[in-house]
Amino acid sequence: MSAKTLYDKLWDSHLVQQRDDGSALIYIDLQLLHEVTSPQAFEGLRLAGRKPWRVSSSLATPDHNVPTTQKERVDGVNGIEDPVSKIQVTTLDDNCQEFGITEFNMKDVRQGIVHVVGPEQGATLPGMTVVCGDSHTSTHGAFGALAHGIGTSEVEHVLATQCLVQKKSRNMLVRVDGELSPWVSAKDVVLAIIGAIGTAGGTGYAIEFGGTGIQSLSMEGRMTVCNMAIEAGARVGLIAVDDTTIEYVKGRPYAPKGGHWDMAVEAWKNLVSDKDAQFDEVVVIKAEDIKPQVTWGTSPEMVIAIDEPIPRPEDQKDPVKKEGYARAWKYMGLEGKTMLSDVVLDRVFIGSCTNSRIEDLRIAADVVKGRKVAPTLKQAIVVPGSGLVKAQAEKEGLHEIFEAAGLEWREPGCSMCLAMNADKLGAGEHCASTSNRNFEGRQGFGGRTHLVSPAMAAAAAIAGHFVDVNEFVKH
Amino acid sequence: MRPFTKHTGLAAPLDLANVDTDMIIPKQFLKSIKRTGFGKNLFDELRYEDEGKPDQECDGRPIREEFILNQPRYQGASVLLARQNFGCGSSREHAPWALDDYGFRAIIAPSFADIFYNNCFKNGLLPIVLASEEVDQLFAEVTAKKGAEVIVDLEAQTVTSPSGEVFEFLVDTFRKHCLLNGLDDIGLTLQNEDSIRRFEEKRMANAPWLFLSRGE
Repeated sequence: MSAKTLYDKLWDSHLVQQRDDGSALIYIDLQLLHEVTSPQAFEGLRLAGRKPWRVSSSLATPDHNVPTTQKERVDGVNGIEDPVSKIQVTTLDDNCQEFGITEFNMKDVRQGIVHVVGPEQGATLPGMTVVCGDSHTSTHGAFGALAHGIGTSEVEHVLATQCLVQKKSRNMLVRVDGELSPWVSAKDVVLAIIGAIGTAGGTGYAIEFGGTGIQSLSMEGRMTVCNMAIEAGARVGLIAVDDTTIEYVKGRPYAPKGGHWDMAVEAWKNLVSDKDAQFDEVVVIKAEDIKPQVTWGTSPEMVIAIDEPIPRPEDQKDPVKKEGYARAWKYMGLEGKTMLSDVVLDRVFIGSCTNSRIEDLRIAADVVKGRKVAPTLKQAIVVPGSGLVKAQAEKEGLHEIFEAAGLEWREPGCSMCLAMNADKLGAGEHCASTSNRNFEGRQGFGGRTHLVSPAMAAAAAIAGHFVDVNEFVKH
Repeated sequence: MRPFTKHTGLAAPLDLANVDTDMIIPKQFLKSIKRTGFGKNLFDELRYEDEGKPDQECDGRPIREEFILNQPRYQGASVLLARQNFGCGSSREHAPWALDDYGFRAIIAPSFADIFYNNCFKNGLLPIVLASEEVDQLFAEVTAKKGAEVIVDLEAQTVTSPSGEVFEFLVDTFRKHCLLNGLDDIGLTLQNEDSIRRFEEKRMANAPWLFLSRGE
């Protein structure tokens, strides 16, 4: 047998049928569902008179347009003020009931962002194939699972057939060698990777993240890295299984128990790339070179270290890049500015499927503890990724630290990451955001997003502008 | 699904790299539970001056006149010329639904984001990858002459420029077959029901923990 990459192994173990043209049917172990990309899929099933192939393979929770204020949350779905959002969330409830799919609805403490909930419940397990009608499904690759974001037609296809039609991707290894500097987090690592390979650098590839800089990360950190594989163009991000993975999974509600556990752990130990496995592309980054990152433009690849000057359109040689930079400069209102610390912030958002897990909240709380948010800030919100993350944070008293510092403590959901609910930016407002996309209008019409780590967002909330968190905590 | 065989249509040049699906259809329109009606909000923030709202009439809204789809010469366009990495970002299938609903049948670009590319085929919309120089030439020809039409022939896998130059493109045979015949994947996949069942039984034996009920 020739040496295989982790991706090759996952692919081969789920291959139902290979077609001559390179496309294949692969078996899907877990489908996560949310309210935005599933209604048309369920409608499709109904119209065709089909039933889900295997209901126990699905898990649903509303996240994209659920409100995050106490006021709108006390009555569950009935409390949603936006009538259109309410219909969508109600539709998910109804569909799950009709088809017999387990759902954590708005009143369930387990409700939250799908990509936080799946791993938290042990629904996401190593060696699985995981899909969801959401591009950030790559998150689950942190567990050595093959996880794809898919469209709604594919959601319906997986519901009906338990399979996905896929073409195998090429293999890319992104290796982060060495040791990360203090206050440099998984978010900085992945932003630096996207800066290096570009927003389309991973298109057509499954990216495996490896090296000591990745292995030293917690599961929360690994999820942050894989989450943003899609921002580098790769549908799939992967990290090999090790003791950290197995420790995290152990004892979770849906994790295997007893004899199944021993059998599973034995199988999971093989979920690493073989020593001699060949990658089509290898990118090596030195961990020591990574500094706290901030995006300046309207694509995640428009990213720099906090101490670097903002790159100027006129310095770009490639005409397409030059034009893109000019457009981004205008949209982001950067005229007259040299450094990102020159940008006065209006809002701060700590949350999203990238950075709303307990570790993210602990770090942010650590930075703001005993301090006050800048008076120039209109708003700073902290949105936990799930009801259980929220409960854990409250048990640790993190919410009191945030509130004492002047940050709002909210209910779980996607919130200001994509602003489908009431949490959004006004036109022209700058936001330090721990989310994953800084596209035009992403966080609100005309809003200006700067992607950062939770520590950098927390420090920016206090300073009112971007600062190097490493310097900030010394004072 | 509507089949795609051969299409001749007016081409509109969208000269912007890395067009993301948030740009193609902003999030507020994703609250719909239908597959149709997204065309009027296609490229909403590029097309209109104001912030669009779901269920709003778009006729009286202030438009950005410089945007290509607002220019009189590109009214009725059904082929979109685009730049690299078109459709990046969110997996929302609302993006191809909006392009289709607006009236586009094919999109030509030097490269596409993976998920968007996939989603197009499920909706009778043909994404075509041509070499950068070929896309450049199409942009030049379409911009130079008003009413310039492009011919897309899926059977022959060719794009014919307004001046008559023919460019070949690649497409997976299975996807081509589905699109030419308007076939939906689900029915085709279910023809392999036995293979899926056999695979499932094997997997159940090897990894039984994956097949437990959620046990509420």
